[in-house]
Amino acid sequence: MFDWRWDFVWEILPRLIWATGNTLIAALLGYGIAMVLGLVFALAQRTPSRILTMVVRELVEFIRSTPLVLQIFFIFYVGPQFGIRLSPWVSGMAAIGLHYAAYLSEVYRGGIEAVPRGQWEAATALNLSTARTYFRVIIPQALPTALAGMGNYLVGIFKDTPMLSVIGVAELMHTANAIGSESYRFLEPFTLVGVIFLAISLPTAWLIRVFERRVRRSLGMN
Amino acid sequence: MSYIEFLTTYGPRLMTGTLITIALTVLAGLLAVAIAFAAALMKLSPSMVVRGIATTYIEIFRGTSLLVQLYWIFFVLPLFGITLEKFTAGYITVGMNLGAYGAELVRGAIKSVPRGQWEAALALNMSPAKRMIRIILPQAIVVMLPPWGNLFIELLKGTALVSLIAVADLMFQAKQINGSTFLSAQSFGTALIIYYIVARFGITPSMRWLERRSLRMLGRG
Amino acid sequence: MNEDMSKYPLRLEGSDKPMVRFMNVTKSYGDLVVLDSLDLDVAEGEMVTVIGPSGSGKTTVLRMLMTLETINGGVIYVDGEPLTHMEKNGVLVPADAKHMRRMRANIGMCFQHFNLFPHMTAIENCMEAPVHVLGLTRKEARERGLELLALVGLEEKVDEHPARLSGGQQQRVAIARALAMRPKVLLFDEVTSALDPEVIGEVTNVIRKLVSEHNLTMLMVTHQMGFAREISDRICLFYRGQIEEQGTPDELFGNPQRERTQQFLRAVTEAM
Repeated sequence: MFDWRWDFVWEILPRLIWATGNTLIAALLGYGIAMVLGLVFALAQRTPSRILTMVVRELVEFIRSTPLVLQIFFIFYVGPQFGIRLSPWVSGMAAIGLHYAAYLSEVYRGGIEAVPRGQWEAATALNLSTARTYFRVIIPQALPTALAGMGNYLVGIFKDTPMLSVIGVAELMHTANAIGSESYRFLEPFTLVGVIFLAISLPTAWLIRVFERRVRRSLGMN
Repeated sequence: MSYIEFLTTYGPRLMTGTLITIALTVLAGLLAVAIAFAAALMKLSPSMVVRGIATTYIEIFRGTSLLVQLYWIFFVLPLFGITLEKFTAGYITVGMNLGAYGAELVRGAIKSVPRGQWEAALALNMSPAKRMIRIILPQAIVVMLPPWGNLFIELLKGTALVSLIAVADLMFQAKQINGSTFLSAQSFGTALIIYYIVARFGITPSMRWLERRSLRMLGRG
Repeated sequence: MNEDMSKYPLRLEGSDKPMVRFMNVTKSYGDLVVLDSLDLDVAEGEMVTVIGPSGSGKTTVLRMLMTLETINGGVIYVDGEPLTHMEKNGVLVPADAKHMRRMRANIGMCFQHFNLFPHMTAIENCMEAPVHVLGLTRKEARERGLELLALVGLEEKVDEHPARLSGGQQQRVAIARALAMRPKVLLFDEVTSALDPEVIGEVTNVIRKLVSEHNLTMLMVTHQMGFAREISDRICLFYRGQIEEQGTPDELFGNPQRERTQQFLRAVTEAM
């Protein structure tokens, strides 16, 4: 094929694989932040306080409808303006964590709202405490509904990590760019990045589907 | 520099950028819808080859990143003799990417139309094309419109990446202004607010309007 | 709601105090009045059935007693103590969450759609609240649950998930689950309405057994007139949020006094 050089591929592959490690770390760290913060956003919208609900609702909408890459720039550059210097990693994780927290909060909310009202009523009739109702009755039933969305966003956050390259996080895309500008060869590095992404995201998506079915079955909901 | 001064100085540039962003969104949106319908119908085809082509397309574009695709199309495609101007490369990539996601929406919506509708159309001896266009799609569109609303917002957000290949969209202008003034909160913050306004007061209401219209067409309004 | 609360006693005293008393209870959603100044007493050990056309407010009566709905006026007492209110500086004020939780321990409920927890087996459904609300050990709760599942004739389905049980079996688990909390008052909200005709009998048999062998106070909403007539101590016919007529089954079915009662009974017997 057009000037495709295998020797160059073997030369750059170790660097790209090392960078893939950074990409995975970034994705998992960001997802961890998003899972916790997302739960905070979701539960904040279920408190009796109307103002808190409204403010969090609007914040979630705002985060969801503005570009992640712009949020990354915003967090990275606004700190220094006020004398706070954040490293690329810290601001990148904050931005991606916050962005996906907004998505996950919607997934959690959807899951919780899909639990029939009768389940809340039965819990009340049995005098279960609010915490017990959430953790033992509602969340186990919300989980199977939420898992599909949670899995999609795990793959999603992984695919969004290349945006971290814009502030200099040394993940896969950043490394491919560096290789390209050093060697003036873009065909191999950019193609390999695409292949690596496919090689990780397709099996992950498949594993998530298997896991989802398992959880459903283990909770006795076929 | 007060915020008002900032706006009067740099407002026009941000506005120009916004217009480019909107143009990219509209063009990429049209392309995404066309690709989504084509790929979804291909995936429902009886021919394995046709289904295979659609599946490969969808999996490649959903399995890799938009940014990776953008760089590939802009930097690598010229090596194969296909050189696209950056604006064109920008909206085509965004459209192709979101089209792959849209294909799954279209397919899901078509499949959600009850079996009885297919059978009734068959019993009336309608041709396959007539069945799809006259009976199935009108019902499927009502189902798919709400998720398309979300997808168009993703698409708007996706256009911000084309600033990285130097298309002078809103994101690009914000970055340029930040670079010359170091007023990061003002430049990036204003751009965030503009994106939000376009999504919340442009895309969302138009989709709601389309949803209402399509419901009325089905007599459920 | 600016009601003068001084006309309501802080608590009901005396040996003849009712197990449940609705006093002047009003419930509305916006302009729609569901219950209008309702007065209703249920004595200890009494089985009272509520019948009436749909929308007459009969299910609301049970849901208010279970604290699933708040009330707009009046007071409900359970075992002499106010349920919807509590005493503060010698006057009744709306109950807080803590008071309601304490009072709720007296009441159990079975729902039209069972509302079993789908991710728990039959016995786990029966053990959940005894362990985590009453503080029983798992062993005690399990023994109690097994005993009650045997009482409803499901000793063989103890470890099944609800999805593997028929509607009738699910409803019987739900009854066992409610009984495991040892309530003083048990509410049945159209417990046979969602069941196939051939399994209604297994649920009504359990209720029959409860009436004859236990001294529980029960309130039931049902559309099954035959069963209501056979099992109740008293029947209340609701119409537009008020009690149109009440009496023993023989009085109400045998010799209805009011025009609306006659109309309602005629309509339901024709449907049968």
